[in-house]
Formats: sequence, C-alpha cells, structure tokens
Amino acid sequence: MSYLPYAVAAWLFIVGLYGVVSSRNLIHLTLCLSVMQSSTYVLLLAIGYRNKATAPIFRGIHVGHPAVDPVVQALTLTDIVVSVTVVALILALALDVHKQSGTVDPDQIADLSG
Amino acid sequence: MTRATRLAIFAVAGAGFAALLFWSLVDLPDFGHYHWPYGKLLNAVVVNERHTTNVVGATVFDYRGIDTLGEEFILFTAVLGVALLLRKEREDADAAGDDVRDDALRMLGLFTVAAVFVLGLWVAAFGYVTPGGGFQGGVVLAGAFLLVYLVGGFRSYRALAPDSVVDFAESAGAGAFAVLGFVGLAYESAYLRNFLGIGDTGTLYAGGSIPLLNWATAIEVCGAMLLLFSEFLEAYVTPVSRWRSR
Repeated sequence: MSYLPYAVAAWLFIVGLYGVVSSRNLIHLTLCLSVMQSSTYVLLLAIGYRNKATAPIFRGIHVGHPAVDPVVQALTLTDIVVSVTVVALILALALDVHKQSGTVDPDQIADLSG
Repeated sequence: MTRATRLAIFAVAGAGFAALLFWSLVDLPDFGHYHWPYGKLLNAVVVNERHTTNVVGATVFDYRGIDTLGEEFILFTAVLGVALLLRKEREDADAAGDDVRDDALRMLGLFTVAAVFVLGLWVAAFGYVTPGGGFQGGVVLAGAFLLVYLVGGFRSYRALAPDSVVDFAESAGAGAFAVLGFVGLAYESAYLRNFLGIGDTGTLYAGGSIPLLNWATAIEVCGAMLLLFSEFLEAYVTPVSRWRSR
C-alpha cells in the first residue's frame, strides 16, 4: 500500500508553482513551468503502473502477460511534446522581452509597462 | 502588486491548494493495484488486431490517432509561433565566426554524428515493433544535426539544415498525417481508420497505416526541432559574431 508516487506528483506541481510565482527571471520561470508539467507525467505513469507487469511491448512476451497501461503512456508522450513546444514558445517570448526592455525579471517588466 | 504581497497571497492560496490536492489523492487506488479496463483491453487486443508488438505505438498512431493529430498541430502551431517571433532577415552566414578548429572534437563528431543519426532512424523505424516511435526518433534525428553544430560550428549546421528544407519537412510531416487520415476516410469510411492490411506480427511490415503515420510524425518532429534549433542558434550566434567583429 503506497501513495508515494501520487504525493511526489502533487509535490512537484506545488513546488513548480511556487517557483513560477516567486521567479525573478523568465528563463528560471520557464524551467519551473516544466517542473510543474513533469508532475503530470509522474501522475499519469503512476496511475497506469501495475505490480509485476512488463512494458506494453509484446515482443518475446506472450499476449496476456500483465503489462502496464499503454494509454497513459501515450498520453504522457503527448504531454512531453506539448511541454517542449510551450517551453520553446515562452523562451522565444523571453528573448523578445529582453530585446524590448533589456530585462528578464518579471517584476521589472511589469514596472516598465506601468 | 509588490513581490511581498504576491508571495503572501501565494502562501495562503498555495497552502489551501496543496491541502485539496493531497486530499484528492487519498481515494486513488493503491499504487500498483491497477484495474482500469481501457488499458487492459488494448493490451489484450492490439497484437491480434494490428500485428504491432508495441501497444503504445499502436495507441498513439491508431486507436487514439485523432488525439495525435491534434498534438501534431499543437507542435506545428507552437513552432510556427517561435519562428514568427524570432525569424528576421537572415544575415550573411559568414558573419558567424564560431567555426570549430579543434581536431579531436571534429574527429569525435565524425563518429558520433553518424551513430546518433542511425540510432534516430532505428528508433523511428522500429517504433511500432520495439520501444520507440516517430516522436522519439524524430527528436534523436534532430539531435544528430545539433551535434553537427557542436562539433562543426553554425555554418556547417546551416549547410546541412537550410531553412527551405527544414520548413518543408515540418509542414510536409504535419500535412501528411492529416492527408493519411483522409485516405482512411476514403478507403475505410472513417477518418484516420487503419488501411493497407495488418501485415506480419512483430515485423516492420505490420500495422497497416501505422508505419506511414509513424514516419510522417518522425519527419514533422525532426523538422520542428531543427526549426527551433535554427531560430535559437541564429538569435545566439548573430550577436556573438557582431560582438567579436567589433
């Protein structure tokens, strides 16, 4: 009986959110956002995990052998791709902000825009 | 709002949110005691229905293909956004004075670039038989090009991955996925339904249209990653070379 993986997922989300709220640098903020997003990977994979089961790849293993859930693994794959693209987009915005205002500190950017 | 107020608000809201979040976890089934029907069903039927041994691959490119279509276009749109934000008039590539002159590094590159490229092709090609797939293979392939930048400099990278080719690969991959869906509609009367016949279990000739969708994805992902690398490298290299030439 263990809830540890779920607790890890929740903790990653909260700690990432704290990083986003308290960040002084847009690049640091982007990394915190990807920490938040990685909590969803942990949660999805933890839900699909099954004791004494293999990966859902039946090469050399007969069908019917217990395997972990392939659906949550597919969802995690989707999740990772979305995460990467979001990170790329935000980093591009950060570059643009730095070019416009000369800073990547969210507080100072807010000051500049009034 | 000052920083202190913001953190104070977060301390209260965050504590409440954390309490709710941990409370919501209490009724989840014990870790490892899995009993959802959908995953079990797929594990039981996919190998017989599609002859692909990687059930995750079949889920991504067949049973949940519409999902993946949406994901492909999230990728496409986000990369388009990056290109819109960062792409300007290209400066003369000769301006980038970051050529690598270290012989040991170049020699290492000679071996690793080829090895990583082949690894990428393998991961993509066998994606529906063994662990791997178009997404993973595409990223590894793009990694081989990034290695070219590391061991050969920006000019070599640009020569291998010019904008015209990268842009085309990215859009052609995304477009091919959508078009393959219509082929399914034409032949099997449902969008993205598997066509072509299921082939032999556990070989590359298996899964009907899964291999085609797999390769379309590999090409799109590789193109998208290269486009991101190009834009960010350009944004980095141009100021560096300007600073050096001062």
